[in-house]
Amino acid sequence: MISSALILCAISSDSSGASDVGLANTSITAAGNKADLRGKIPLNELGQEISAPPAAISISAEDVAWDAGGVIKISWQPAAGTTSATKWIIERSEVLAAGQGAGQGAGQGAGQGPWTLVAEVPIAETNAVASKLPPDASFFFRVTAVSPNGSSTVTTTKSAATGHWNFFIGAKLPLFCAILLVSACVIYFILAARRGRPMKVRRIAALEAIKDAVGRATEMGRSILFVPGIQDMDNIQTVAGLTVLGNVSRTAAEYDAAIEVPTSRSLVMEAAREAVQASYLAAGRADAYNADAIRYITDEQFGFVAYVSGRMVREKPAACFYMGCFFAESLILAETGNSIGAIQIAGTAESSQLPFFVAACDYTLIGEEFMAASAYLSGEPDQIGSLKGQDVAKAIAAIIIILGVVLATGAAIAPQGAMPAALEWLKGVLGS
Amino acid sequence: MSKFITILEGLDRRWIFLAMAISVAGPILYIGITGKTLPETPTPTARAVYKEIEALSPGTPVLLSFDFDPASGGELTPMATSLVHQCAARGLRMVFIALWPLGPQLIDETIKRVILADYPNLKEGVDYVNLGFQSGNESVMKVMLTDFAKAFPITKNGVAVGDVVALKGIQRVDNFPLLITISAGYPGAKEWIQYVISSSGGKIKMVTGCTGVQTPGLYPYYPVQLNGLLGAIKGAAEYESLVNSSLAPKDSSAAVPAKYLEAQRRMGPQLGAHLLMIALIILGNIAFFAQRNSKVRATS
Amino acid sequence: MAEGSARIMKRLVPMWIAIIAGFVMLLSAFFPITESLGETVGEIFNVVAAIAFVLGAGSLAKVNLAKISRRDQGWGYAAITLICFAITLVVGLGKIGVPQSTQFPLLGWSGEKDAEGSIFGWIYEFALVPITSTMFALLAFYVASAAFRAFRAKNLEAILLLSTAFIVLLGRTFAGVVLTGWLPDWASGLRLENLSVYIMQVFNTAGNRAIIIGIALGVTATSLRILLGVDRSWMGSGD
Repeated sequence: MISSALILCAISSDSSGASDVGLANTSITAAGNKADLRGKIPLNELGQEISAPPAAISISAEDVAWDAGGVIKISWQPAAGTTSATKWIIERSEVLAAGQGAGQGAGQGAGQGPWTLVAEVPIAETNAVASKLPPDASFFFRVTAVSPNGSSTVTTTKSAATGHWNFFIGAKLPLFCAILLVSACVIYFILAARRGRPMKVRRIAALEAIKDAVGRATEMGRSILFVPGIQDMDNIQTVAGLTVLGNVSRTAAEYDAAIEVPTSRSLVMEAAREAVQASYLAAGRADAYNADAIRYITDEQFGFVAYVSGRMVREKPAACFYMGCFFAESLILAETGNSIGAIQIAGTAESSQLPFFVAACDYTLIGEEFMAASAYLSGEPDQIGSLKGQDVAKAIAAIIIILGVVLATGAAIAPQGAMPAALEWLKGVLGS
Repeated sequence: MSKFITILEGLDRRWIFLAMAISVAGPILYIGITGKTLPETPTPTARAVYKEIEALSPGTPVLLSFDFDPASGGELTPMATSLVHQCAARGLRMVFIALWPLGPQLIDETIKRVILADYPNLKEGVDYVNLGFQSGNESVMKVMLTDFAKAFPITKNGVAVGDVVALKGIQRVDNFPLLITISAGYPGAKEWIQYVISSSGGKIKMVTGCTGVQTPGLYPYYPVQLNGLLGAIKGAAEYESLVNSSLAPKDSSAAVPAKYLEAQRRMGPQLGAHLLMIALIILGNIAFFAQRNSKVRATS
Repeated sequence: MAEGSARIMKRLVPMWIAIIAGFVMLLSAFFPITESLGETVGEIFNVVAAIAFVLGAGSLAKVNLAKISRRDQGWGYAAITLICFAITLVVGLGKIGVPQSTQFPLLGWSGEKDAEGSIFGWIYEFALVPITSTMFALLAFYVASAAFRAFRAKNLEAILLLSTAFIVLLGRTFAGVVLTGWLPDWASGLRLENLSVYIMQVFNTAGNRAIIIGIALGVTATSLRILLGVDRSWMGSGD
């Protein structure tokens, strides 16, 4: 005879609330079928009853000032016991005319448009941002906590918030000021140079060697190879490389040396052709210009370097110039040039490739020396003045770095003194 | 001795190439036959990558950008494998993009190698999605700052991103708590830091795996703009050992699949190559000093 | 007259396009009202670069065909270049061998050009990947020959450089652990693997920061010269 009294002797549930229930009476133990208690008695792994999370206590929305426009920040205060939830859902509703909207969609009240999703954020967050909103449009916002056991009731902003497009992005003010400062230095010295102030630039050996390299190629009856990097015209290093190409090709035209310019981008090929043609014209050797000597090879990095290496080994140019943006192929080019006995002059602002060029080339323009090449080679006072301005800007940067180091060291040694406050002030000014 | 110096001075570089080939091939063959790998002690930067991913709760979206091509695959594919392995094991919502034209194929290969092989329960479009390649380099990053769907309007399979469950709640790139880039050059980790991390105001964290030549240039950004860094195959091996040890079943002595040991297997050839480099530098300097001394003796 | 119009088209118009586009890009980073203009300039560049690709491909074909017709030395390789170019172009554009997409099974050419089973995918997997990996692997050989030839302890700086190189080379491998792993914990900072991390995080970072700052200033000054029209040598000399 089976007793009608059942004793709950074991219970286990999964995260969805479905539970295995073990029942026993005094004489027999029977395992119950998996009881689907989902939605009826949600239980956690301890068998304790749990429910949907509580709604947020309050919510506010305000326009983000000095931004790129149409951005509203939504903040809310979670209630106690929200930890069972996994995420917040934030929605927005455009403000409609009074009398419109009520009851038209789920949760739509008077003067509210349909609710659309803004973001879903983890439960630990207490704010979110709605961006790319139409300018000067007003919105209501609401937030809901969601857990596997259900969603909380919504918490809606009491009044609508309006996003305004601003004239300037305030967060970038320090950067803007830095650009103005550097530009002011450069422009001041350009103007000073135009007024006749003498400007001295230190001798850059690599640039002085260009003429010797071209002369060597002419004497040996071999060609010059010029590689303007592997990036496109939107990279400033490529532009800087082409300015050096203009100078090298003019010297080559004057010396009657053949120059070959393989390029990795079609646009660079066109720009290089223009630069070389103009140089040949300026040297009075328009007849010697050969457009096919400047040719596009391939966009593929290693396909390009395979062509150039093969060309170097077969044609054995006497002078090789590598001026532009390079990556892994820099060492392959430089070592191949070394193996054929060419004089090699390189210039790049890629700091990762500088060691390879320094190790394998005869001369290397390091970083800003490469950027200064066109000014140096032209010799024009305007451009030399800009180099002076660049140096002054660098001096200002060095002073700020030294000041920061002193303040940071002082703050670490004496955290109670004035140094920490001064350091925070400097960080605020620099926007970090 | 002088004959030895003479040989060194006139050494054909092809002997050096042969020595390099032997110093790399030897460990490859040994490791291939025995399956043994060298032990790895993870450095702080590799641990940081592991911790950042481990700190995310299941279901959190992460953006994985494959900014490399097959040429750098030797260094970066093991990293990509381990990163996807940890993300899949953690249950993160993986969104794959590529800013290099050959990136999507590498994404497909990694998905096939890791997710389809070992995590068949993960659904494409729900747990992970491949958005393919978008041209434009850093301009794509700038667009992503304000409108992610405008930067990547459709998936690689042609589905509109608005219909993809894996992208629910993603309006902008800073809706991803974590960005993982695997970078071989331009555009890569540096551009992500310059255009996305610096504009996000700390909302999005970033960890990166990069080639050896890029690593020195990225150290200045760690740990403020960059929260973790895997530098070259060494970083990949350290991270791989961390992931393997954390994901290995405690009660099983089953061997780790070879695909999750690729970086550690490559540390053997790296050891051989580095020792050869040191020997070559020493030999080169012996020849240099011997030649200099003989010149000094000759002039005196 | 002709010379004047040539000068305008070849010098003045490109210069003003560069100046206007450059300032628009610069201002769009700070003033939201110009943001869309900045995006437009970026899109214009992408379109121009794509069109220029046609010119590049034309130049490639022209140069190689000329080499073949003149029977220059190595003309066979030019023929191989053109044949491979044509095959890849045809199988890629034509999506030859590409299975239909499961998403759009009824639409023609709906599959991905590099899908499994396609010829383009075969070229990628069995030609491009091995070749590019091989070229990248050449670096290991060249770095060894460069190290043997160029790394000489000629002066104090060179000796410091070589010492650092040895520490990092050993510290990044198991050899460092073997050589200095026995050091006690209080001296763990001297272990090669920790020393190499310290060198990367302190000395290398300092040096790289200096170079990065210098390069950034150089880029700013160069860009400003171009934007103000002071430096026109990128168009070629002669003005």
